[in-house]
Amino acid sequence: MSTLTIENVFSDYQGQVILNGLDLTLQQGEIVALLGPSGCGKTTLLRAIAGLQPISQGSIKINGDVLSSDNVFIPSEQRGVGMIFQDYALFPHLTVADNILFGVKGLNKAERQSRLDEMLELVKLTGLSQRYPHELSGGQQQRVSIARALAYQPQLLLLDEPFSNIDAQVRNEMMLEIRSILKQRNVSAVFVTHSKDEAFVFADKLALFKEGCIIQHGLAEELYAQPTDRYVAEFLGAGNYLPVTVNSCMEVSSPIGVLQSSASINYPVDYQGQLLLRPQQVELVADEQGLAVIVERRFLGTVCHYWVKVEEHCLEVRSQLLQLSPGQKVNLFAPAHPLVIF
Amino acid sequence: MILGLTRSWSLAGYSIAAVIILPLIALIVQAAFPDEAVFSHLFDTVLPTYIANSLLLMLLVAMGSLLIAVPAAWFVARCEFPGRRYFQWLLLLPLAMPAYIVAYVYTDMLDYAGPVQRALRAAFQWSSPHDYYFPAIRSLGGAAIMLSLVLFPYIYLLARTAFMEQSSSLLHASRIMGCSPWRSFWRLALPMSRPALAVGVALVAMETAADYATVSYFAVPTLTTAVYDTWLGYGSLTAAAKLSAIMLLVIFTLVGFERFARRKQELFQKQSALNDSDRYCLIGFKALGAWFYCSTLLFLAFLLPFIVLTGYAIEYFEQSWDERFWQYSWNSLYIAVVVSGICLLLALILMFVRRVSPRTTDSLPSRLSSTGYALPGTVLAIGVLVPLTYLDFAINDVYDWFGARGPGLVFTGSAIAIVFAFTVRFLAIAIGSLENSYKRISPSLDMASITMGQTPKQLLMRVHLPLLRKGLLAGALLVFIESMKELPAALLLRPIGFENLATYVFQFVSDEKLEHGALAAIVIVFVGLIPLIYLNRSLEHTS
Repeated sequence: MSTLTIENVFSDYQGQVILNGLDLTLQQGEIVALLGPSGCGKTTLLRAIAGLQPISQGSIKINGDVLSSDNVFIPSEQRGVGMIFQDYALFPHLTVADNILFGVKGLNKAERQSRLDEMLELVKLTGLSQRYPHELSGGQQQRVSIARALAYQPQLLLLDEPFSNIDAQVRNEMMLEIRSILKQRNVSAVFVTHSKDEAFVFADKLALFKEGCIIQHGLAEELYAQPTDRYVAEFLGAGNYLPVTVNSCMEVSSPIGVLQSSASINYPVDYQGQLLLRPQQVELVADEQGLAVIVERRFLGTVCHYWVKVEEHCLEVRSQLLQLSPGQKVNLFAPAHPLVIF
Repeated sequence: MILGLTRSWSLAGYSIAAVIILPLIALIVQAAFPDEAVFSHLFDTVLPTYIANSLLLMLLVAMGSLLIAVPAAWFVARCEFPGRRYFQWLLLLPLAMPAYIVAYVYTDMLDYAGPVQRALRAAFQWSSPHDYYFPAIRSLGGAAIMLSLVLFPYIYLLARTAFMEQSSSLLHASRIMGCSPWRSFWRLALPMSRPALAVGVALVAMETAADYATVSYFAVPTLTTAVYDTWLGYGSLTAAAKLSAIMLLVIFTLVGFERFARRKQELFQKQSALNDSDRYCLIGFKALGAWFYCSTLLFLAFLLPFIVLTGYAIEYFEQSWDERFWQYSWNSLYIAVVVSGICLLLALILMFVRRVSPRTTDSLPSRLSSTGYALPGTVLAIGVLVPLTYLDFAINDVYDWFGARGPGLVFTGSAIAIVFAFTVRFLAIAIGSLENSYKRISPSLDMASITMGQTPKQLLMRVHLPLLRKGLLAGALLVFIESMKELPAALLLRPIGFENLATYVFQFVSDEKLEHGALAAIVIVFVGLIPLIYLNRSLEHTS
């Protein structure tokens, strides 16, 4: 049974549609990233799950229990979800211990203490229980907020851009650490971010948002390799587009020659479309008789990025070859892979 | 925002607002009644003069305060001269001085029998008033000067901030483009501070319109004294309400003007704060001039009256340190404590509802409840009398109907009327203080605690209350102080035989023997100094 089921959810705010018929399901122990540019409705959905934002249509269920629907609204305080905020939302007047135990109910003193110790150990803050939030570093505050959200054992954890205030140098480490905590306790989580890099590192699955809708949902690799939409392709990484004509179900002809697909193409013969080629899916070979010419070179350490002109098309190519220079003639190849054509 | 917030919270907010704006509504309704010819009589005879006096006084005080305050603000904000750092806060002190006390001290000094005229007569061997001309202090002009002396700090404070927040690169630019400091002041600094000055002028005009004690002491009839006399002299609540309504028209015009100016001020003052080294360093005569200007102002508006008052208090200590002094201090104190407590509780409920309610209209009660502060004390007192009198009669009628003896004037005959009026007038202060504190609490704290299963009441008690502690304390302190100082409403609403410090001092002022009440007056001045320390500290904090 899935932990979270969202069906056909609509939400509007002051006459503007924010969520536009959304569907999403989440399995127990799964971490899903709601990914999209700012203002696309991902935070609204998170708040709707927490009961902090009304929905106008559709339903939200956790473990089969309806939280929001046309005629049901369970208040936030009865939903049993945990939430982690961008600014951590630690209570400044309470110690780490009091913050962590804030939402814990129905335990006696010894049980509370053991819950606290367990949580402190989980987030590696043992010994800091009597500190106040302002006496902790940003990363420690973040960990307190995780401990606080897990301490009352919510059915679902919601994270609202929790890493945007963490220094770039330690962000990756922090994300992996928290991910392993969630995995260790088999917590289901919904994670909001606008950064594809964070989503790749932290989540199992991605749900890509566009104007209040999820346009593709699935494993990160799937979305990257098989985007259903040009918007998805571009959001997840740079790409080149070349006009192609389908020759057969395994082959297209393009300005850089005939290209093979390793999976069958879902378009009829003679269909004309745009082929997506990621910079690393193209290879360069220096050739005096080549059809393409290098326009610009950017050195990035282990690799070089070249901008290469073929006919009137300009392609970005990532190459291990470091010694090519602008003006040089080259040939381009694309090894066989499942071609993505729009 | 708590989506599931029950309607009972909203209802509590609306109920509070309804009680708080009751006097205002009652006033307007009462003013609409036909009256017993008192008002039309007033209208045909003296009312035009009263209105003219009120308007003229407001105009004069506004101009006087501007003239006094702008140079002082400029010196302190933009120039460097010996003592500048001290004048910065010393020039706020006159705010603590009730105008009627300043007026009394100067009248004592400047009228025919006072030391100044005596000395002049002795020096020039004049023997009677016909021998020389001396301006009459007890006049409209005199009242304007007295009020300007104690109200100018409002404009000073706003102008100082405006001058300090003007980007120094703008002034540098104007200097580089060939403007002298003097021309830069006229072409740049002054026009840029116009919205701030307008806010200050509006506040000063409102305070002037509300003043009762000074004009009453100087026997200058204005709308405020007219309201007072109509009620106590003619006993006509309807005529008093009609006069109050005229007054309200003036006040709300000023409030509108103030709001408008404040919005503009926000547009004008967004630049970075001033750097210390950007001040004009005054030397020689110029430095002396600036120093002399500020010290004279401080001396005339605060030191001189304060010294005279202290002199009286010492000389008449035996007569003033009596039973009555203690009794009236106690009255002031307990009313102020009760009012602060009530204001705090109401403000907390109103602001909590406003913060967490999912219904946008729920911000209305807290806004409505803040309107009381604009009402002048006399007008508010009439507004309070209308519904309370009605209630008192209704209660006694019910007793009569059952054939029992009524309990008398439960509301208007006790301190309840004063407490109610003060609450209406000062609730805005408590609301403002909490509003500021609430702004500093991140909304995600609310969301965090409700997702962790806390009810709205638990959110209030476990999270908001501890975090609002400072704001609550500051709000309570300010309400306390204002309640200790407020005079006109207390004068009109006190039960027979009831005095507090303010009415007690004013009684002595009217009886021309402030000497005996000097001790009480000093207490009022000292209580008034507390918020200035607080205000100054918060200003230093921001700059």
